[in-house]
Amino acid sequence: MLEVDDLHVSYGGVTALDGVKLSVPTNGITAVLGPNGAGKSTLLKSIAGLIKPRGGRVTYNGRALIGMPPEEIVRLGVSMVPEGGGVIRELTVEENLRLAQMWHHNGGDARKAIDDVMEMFPPLAARRRNAAHSLSGGERQMLAVGRALVSRAELLLLDEPSLGLAPKFVILIMQTVRRLCAERGISVLLVEQNARSALSIADEAVLLSAGRTIAARTAGELAKNEELWHAYLGY
Amino acid sequence: MTLVDRLGARGTLVKHAVLAVLFIVVAGGAIYLLDSVNAFLVYQLSSVAYIAIAAAGLTVLTGLNGQLSLGHGALMAIGAYTTAVVLKTYTDLNPAIVMVAAVLVTALGSIAVGTGAARLRGPYLAGATLGLAVGLPGVAVRFSGVFGGDAGLNVPALSSPDALSTLPQEVWVAWVWLIPAAITFLLLANLLRTRYGRDFRAIREDEVASALHGIRVARTQVVAFVLSGACAGLAGSLMAYTSNLAAPGSFPLTLSLELLAAIVIGGLGTLPGAVWGALVIVFAPDWIGTLHDVLKLPGPIRDQLPLALFGVVFIAAMLLFPHGIQGGIHRLWLLRAARRSRAASD
Amino acid sequence: MSYFIVLTLTGIAAGMIYAALALALVLIWRATRIVNFAQGALAMTTTYIALAVIRATDNYWIGFAAALIAGLMLGAIAERFLVRRVENGPPLNAVILTLGLFLILEAVVPMIWGAQIRGFPAPFSISASQIGGMYFALSPFNLFTIGVVLAVMGGMLLLFRFTSLGLRMRATAFAPDIARLLGVRVGRLLTFGWAIATLTGSIAGLLVAPTLLLYPSNMDAILVYGFTAAVLGGLDSPVGALVGGLAIGLGLSYIGGYLGADLEAIGALVILIGILMVRPQGLFVHSVERRA
Repeated sequence: MLEVDDLHVSYGGVTALDGVKLSVPTNGITAVLGPNGAGKSTLLKSIAGLIKPRGGRVTYNGRALIGMPPEEIVRLGVSMVPEGGGVIRELTVEENLRLAQMWHHNGGDARKAIDDVMEMFPPLAARRRNAAHSLSGGERQMLAVGRALVSRAELLLLDEPSLGLAPKFVILIMQTVRRLCAERGISVLLVEQNARSALSIADEAVLLSAGRTIAARTAGELAKNEELWHAYLGY
Repeated sequence: MTLVDRLGARGTLVKHAVLAVLFIVVAGGAIYLLDSVNAFLVYQLSSVAYIAIAAAGLTVLTGLNGQLSLGHGALMAIGAYTTAVVLKTYTDLNPAIVMVAAVLVTALGSIAVGTGAARLRGPYLAGATLGLAVGLPGVAVRFSGVFGGDAGLNVPALSSPDALSTLPQEVWVAWVWLIPAAITFLLLANLLRTRYGRDFRAIREDEVASALHGIRVARTQVVAFVLSGACAGLAGSLMAYTSNLAAPGSFPLTLSLELLAAIVIGGLGTLPGAVWGALVIVFAPDWIGTLHDVLKLPGPIRDQLPLALFGVVFIAAMLLFPHGIQGGIHRLWLLRAARRSRAASD
Repeated sequence: MSYFIVLTLTGIAAGMIYAALALALVLIWRATRIVNFAQGALAMTTTYIALAVIRATDNYWIGFAAALIAGLMLGAIAERFLVRRVENGPPLNAVILTLGLFLILEAVVPMIWGAQIRGFPAPFSISASQIGGMYFALSPFNLFTIGVVLAVMGGMLLLFRFTSLGLRMRATAFAPDIARLLGVRVGRLLTFGWAIATLTGSIAGLLVAPTLLLYPSNMDAILVYGFTAAVLGGLDSPVGALVGGLAIGLGLSYIGGYLGADLEAIGALVILIGILMVRPQGLFVHSVERRA
């Protein structure tokens, strides 16, 4: 479904990505792991259209994404949740959700979709009309997942969803992602520093280091074989 | 290693002094030649002299130090009015002394404005200086007893130095104005080589880093402002002597914008650029006039075209050519140097 | 009526006009983080267009509408083709660009219509109103001014608070990159923001022309006052624009009334520097920093 081939990205003379290759199958979860500075966030931003790569190919269901602005890529069903949840702090929870579904505008469905999210995440329902900056880290990630749902994403790009979250929230978020994948056929490209939690839900895993793909394995293989990932990642 | 390198810091001073003398010779030659062709053009060269001085100050402030001022026309007005007011009481005072007075008064005013402006950045500073440009002429009108109201104050004609007394006023003024121009450029060029010059640039590049390096940012900003204000004051004084008038109508907002146009066209932050820019804005109406005669454009178009073109230049410069004439020359120079070194290494 | 009350009332009416221009500046600042120094000149241009239409159709309101439409179009064109290129660069470039637009407008308008001072009609009487037997310092036209500006501000409020379009515009103002990731077509909204901002500025131009008269540089001082008002209120805040406008209107009215009309402009400068030294972020602060 998503194919990334030979992606090169540099800014200000520094090469961030140096020929990255990976793919995300339909209805699958692929984890991208690696140390800090490996280029994982850059990879997601390039796919989402926030960064223009110097070279390479990114295709989603056959359509080339490079050169498309982010707002058009969203309309293809590719939705990125940046680090911190991609939540606009000055707007309320409800407004954040309304925004997310606006591009495929239909009034009645919108209400229902938002109500579904409120049902799925009761803490959000309680803070429906509060500004998003009053949410805790965990609640923000819930909102992030919620708005990804509301926007009818088919491919989710998640950038470090567990960052700064308490373990119970990490588990909650990961399980919700897994469930959505199963129930709605969503595919996920998941960037994580917390390798263990990522591998717990992923099908495939790609290891990135210094802007290069250094390994691609099934999640199962890596999870079982701790030495393998220590060897690759150095920790 | 060139002679200049071997002389070190003193070498720079020497180099600048030589350039200054060369400049006087070349400009003087131009004046002499043009005089035989067209006296009015020579008169315009005296305008170029003081516009260049004001532009030089502005280019240091805006180009090097990054503080955008839209109010330097008003600072020129301070210099001009000081000249007029002083001469009202002390009619025979030596012009050099009057000019120094104008510079000092404008510098004082610039301390006030500069201190207020030191904490302002970008558009806030631009807006505040815009307010100065729009508002200051009103003060002259309000206190018309001192400042002569809308009609302004007369500035008596200068009496020529004996050596040049055979020449008409327009011409020998052009000769004489070369001196303050050369002095100003010399002083600025040398100042820019000192710690101040480096500090100005450093603040423009990165204020926070400069502060961390121990540069006293607010103080340096004020120094830059006062320096450029002093230049404007001198320019205003020269303008008053040249046109024999200090009136609110001589200092509209468009004067401040023309100074900005001069430094953008000439090349932001470069002293030679101030000269190029001054030449362009003083002579542009003439070139337009010629164009008008050739193309038979209607009257209103001819009058407004210079301003419209400056506007186009601003836009074009921001979109296409951020470096102006001096930048273009610099690039050509770099290209030639690159080609020469490649040829040498082949 | 006492002099002070007269000054106060006329100050309020003038303040509304400054508030309208301040609102235009605020809208553009919120959208693109640029101070549009051409805002006054744009308003002047649309007022000239209105005059031409009024002359041609002999109807004030058609001319009024023409000015608004011209404002929408000029703002949209300016953003799409000029400002777009400098939106993400150093702020100095955007300032110089808008100054370039300012110069072009103030030069081209007299090329077309000449530089002489012209009168401009007012739809209602500009002499003091009479209620009962008493004279009331606000003329019907002043009341119209206050009403129109309040209506525009009210309209903006409704737009931003209660419509999807307004929500998208707020999102674009707070966090444009995140808004893009949510599918918001940020580019179009920026164009729209400039369009309605210039429309708001046009209204200021129309309201000021009857008393100030119409000539190419008539909006220069108004720009300074509007800018001062916007800064006073906090460049990010439409409500601040209104409050700032009123404050400046009153302040300048008193300065002009007690110290002399020629000092109004320099008075505005003193107020501006005063505000910026004491409270640089203005009176109403929304969010502190702009994030991606």
